[in-house]
Amino acid sequence: MTKGRGAGGESAPGFVQLLTPDGERIDKVTGADGVEYTVDFTDDEYRGLYRDLVVVRKLDAEATALQRQGELGIWASLLGQEAAQVGSGRALRPQDMAFPTYREHGVLYCRGIDPIMPLSLFRGVDHGAWDPVEFRFNMYTIVIGAQTLHATGYAMGITKDGKVGNDDGEAVIAYFGDGASSQGDVNEAFIWASVFNAPIVFFCQNNQYAISEPIEKQTRVPLYQRASGFGFPGVRVDGNDVLASYAVTRAALDHARHGQGPTLIEAYTYRMGAHTTTDDPTRYRMAGEVESWQAKDPIARVRAFITKQQIAGDDFFTEVDELARRESLALRERVLAMEDPDPLTIFEHVYPHGSPLVDSQRQGFAEYMDSFEGSAH
Amino acid sequence: MAEKLTIGKALNLGLRRALESDPKVLIMGEDVGKLGGVFRITDGLQKDFGEERVIDTPLAESGIIGTAVGLAIRGYRPVCEIQFDGFVYPAYDQIVSQVAKMHYRSQGRVKMPMVIRIPFGGGIGAVEHHSESPEAYFAHTAGLKVVSCATPEDAYMMIQQAVASDDPIVFLEPKRRYYEKGDVEVDADLAGAYPLHASRLTRPGTDATVIAYGPMVRTALDAANAAAADGRELEVFDLRSLSPLDLDPVYESVRRTGRCVVVHEAPSNVGLGAEVAARITEHCFYSLEAPVLRVTGYDTPYPAARVEEEFLPDLDRVLDAVDRTFGW
Ligand SMILES: Cc1ncc(C[n+]2csc(CCOP(=O)(O)OP(=O)(O)O)c2C)c(N)n1
Ligand SMILES: [Mg+2]
Repeated sequence: MTKGRGAGGESAPGFVQLLTPDGERIDKVTGADGVEYTVDFTDDEYRGLYRDLVVVRKLDAEATALQRQGELGIWASLLGQEAAQVGSGRALRPQDMAFPTYREHGVLYCRGIDPIMPLSLFRGVDHGAWDPVEFRFNMYTIVIGAQTLHATGYAMGITKDGKVGNDDGEAVIAYFGDGASSQGDVNEAFIWASVFNAPIVFFCQNNQYAISEPIEKQTRVPLYQRASGFGFPGVRVDGNDVLASYAVTRAALDHARHGQGPTLIEAYTYRMGAHTTTDDPTRYRMAGEVESWQAKDPIARVRAFITKQQIAGDDFFTEVDELARRESLALRERVLAMEDPDPLTIFEHVYPHGSPLVDSQRQGFAEYMDSFEGSAH
Repeated sequence: MAEKLTIGKALNLGLRRALESDPKVLIMGEDVGKLGGVFRITDGLQKDFGEERVIDTPLAESGIIGTAVGLAIRGYRPVCEIQFDGFVYPAYDQIVSQVAKMHYRSQGRVKMPMVIRIPFGGGIGAVEHHSESPEAYFAHTAGLKVVSCATPEDAYMMIQQAVASDDPIVFLEPKRRYYEKGDVEVDADLAGAYPLHASRLTRPGTDATVIAYGPMVRTALDAANAAAADGRELEVFDLRSLSPLDLDPVYESVRRTGRCVVVHEAPSNVGLGAEVAARITEHCFYSLEAPVLRVTGYDTPYPAARVEEEFLPDLDRVLDAVDRTFGW
C-alpha cells in the first residue's frame, strides 16, 4: 500500500488551484467535475479577502488565548483552514443557508455575523442559543455528521417552496470534516440529496485529521470521488487557496440554486493547530509534516500576490493588522464581560409550553436554593 | 502487590491484562491507537499489542459496534470504546437490536462477548454531549448487562471480568473520577475476585442507607463523612452492577435503617433510581420510616457547563434528602 493512498494530495487530477503557495495566479483550471474555474476580482475584492483572512485568524488566536487563560472551556481552532472558510463563506449569497460543524468561525464571520456569537457556547454559558433562520447559519453541531442531514432536509424544503430554478434561487451549504465522511448520517445525506435533487453543496474540509486519526483511517479513495457513486459531481479544491475555494463554492451553489442538484467539494487543507485546546497533537504527528504545510499558508500567498501585483502596499497590511488587533481586543473584552447564566435557566426551554415535571422541579430547585440564603453555604 | 493507581490507569492496566490473557481480545474505537484515547485509557496498548489488536476505527459508532458483532460471531472478544456518552447514540440501534438480542435470537447459539466502554457523566466543564448519563437506556434493554466502577480497585478487576464474560456488557466509566487514586492489588487473580454483578457495602452505618454508583459513590461517601460529623451514620452502597441489580444486601440494610436515598446524575424520570426505589418498597415496605427518595439530575437536557454544578447532585443535596427522610 502506498502512503497517502486515501489522499492523492495536490497531484490528484482536477485539483483546483488558482493561487499557488508562492502567490502566482493561475488563470483558469478545469476541476475533476469538468467545470472550468476562474475568478474575476477587483483589487478591492482581493483586499477584502485578505482582510477577512487576517481578521479571522486573529480572532481565532484570541479565542485560543482566552481558553488558555481559563475564560473559555474549550476552543476548536480553525488555524490553517482560513482560506477554505473565507472562500466558501464569501461565496454564499444572502439568501443561502449554512450548516456548520463546530469549527466554522470563519464562515460565520464572512456571513456578517458578530464573531462573539459562538463564544458563549465555548465558554459554557449556553449550547448555542441563536436563531439559525435569522442568521441563515445553523447552530454549531457537535455530534459528527448530524448536520448534513439537517442541511439536506432544509434544502428539500427549498425545493418544495419552489425557491430553485433561477438566479434568485436559494442554496444550502453543509460543512463537515474528513472524519465525518465515515458517518452513516453523512452517507445518508448524500443519498437523500441525490434522490431528491436537493439544492445543496457538501463542503468537506479535509484537514487530514479526525483528532489523531489521519485521513487513511477513513478512506482509500480521495473523498471527492465518493460523490460519483451517489450520483452527483465531486471536486477537490486547494483549501488553502481562497480564490479557488471561492470559485468552486460559488459555482456549486449556483448550480444548486438553479435546480441542478448537489455537489461535493473536498477542500484539501490542514489543521495547523490541535484538534481542540484539550488535544496534544505531538502524540500523533511529526513536526516536519506541520512545517511542510506551513509553506502552503493560506494568508502568505494572498499577501505575496497582492504585493507582486501592487494591489496594495505596506500601509494596507499595517492597517489590516491594526483592524484585526482592534477586533480581537473587542472580542476579548466582551468574553470577559459575559455573565454566568442564572441556574434557574437550566429548567427553561425544555418544552415550548413547559411540562408539569420540569415545572415542579424548577420550583423545588428555587426553594432549595432559597433555603441557603443567609446560611453558611 | 498493591500499587497506587488512578481509575484511568487501573483501567489501562486491566485492559493490558485482558489483551495478554486472551489473543482473541481486541480493542477498537476512535483515537484508541497512537493517541491512547482522549482520556488515555488505552495509552501504550497499540504500541505493545499492534494495530491488529488495538484498532483505530473510522469515525462511525454504528460501524464500531456493528463490526464488533461480526467479529464476535467470528470468535473475537471486542472491547469497543465510545469516546463520550453523548456519541453512543449512532450505535444505539446496533446495541439494542443486534448486540442485545443475538443470544436470544439464536437460542444460545451465538454469544456476544463484547464490552462497550463509555466514559459517562458530567462535572468536567465540557460542551454539549460530553456529560450525559445514558445508563437507563441500556439497563432497560434485556440481553445487555450494565456495570459501572467507582474505585481504582474495581476499575482494574471489573474491566477484566467484563472482558472475560460471555455477556455483552456496557461498561460505564466515571470520567470525572478518572484521576482519583487508590490502592490496586495488581497481581490479584480474576478467579478470586469480588463478583462483577454484586453490589458492595462501601461504608457501614446505622441511620440511613444511601445508594449510588459510578461518579456518585464519591459524593455519597463525602455526604456520609459530613453526616458523621453531625452524629448521623449513613450506610453507603455502591451498586456496581446496574443490570442485573444486586439488591439483597441493600434490602437487609434498609430493613435496619428504615431510610433510603438513591443518588444518580441521570434524570429521575424512569431512571435507575425509580427501579431501585420500587424494589426496595416491595421488599422493605414494613421497615420503611419514609419513602425511598431520589437525588438525581433534573429532567432537562444536560445544561451548559457554567451551571452544571447546580444540576449535579452534590453533598448538600444528598444530606438534604437524608434530612427529609428523617422529617417524614
Ligand atoms: C458522533 C460523534 N462521535 C465522536 C465525536 C468526538 N469527536 C469530536 S470531533 C471528532 C473528529 C472529527 O473529525 P473531522 O470530521 O475530520 O472534523 P475536524 O475536527 O477535523 O474538523 C471526534 C471523533 C463526536 N463529536 N461525535
Ligand atoms: Mg478533520
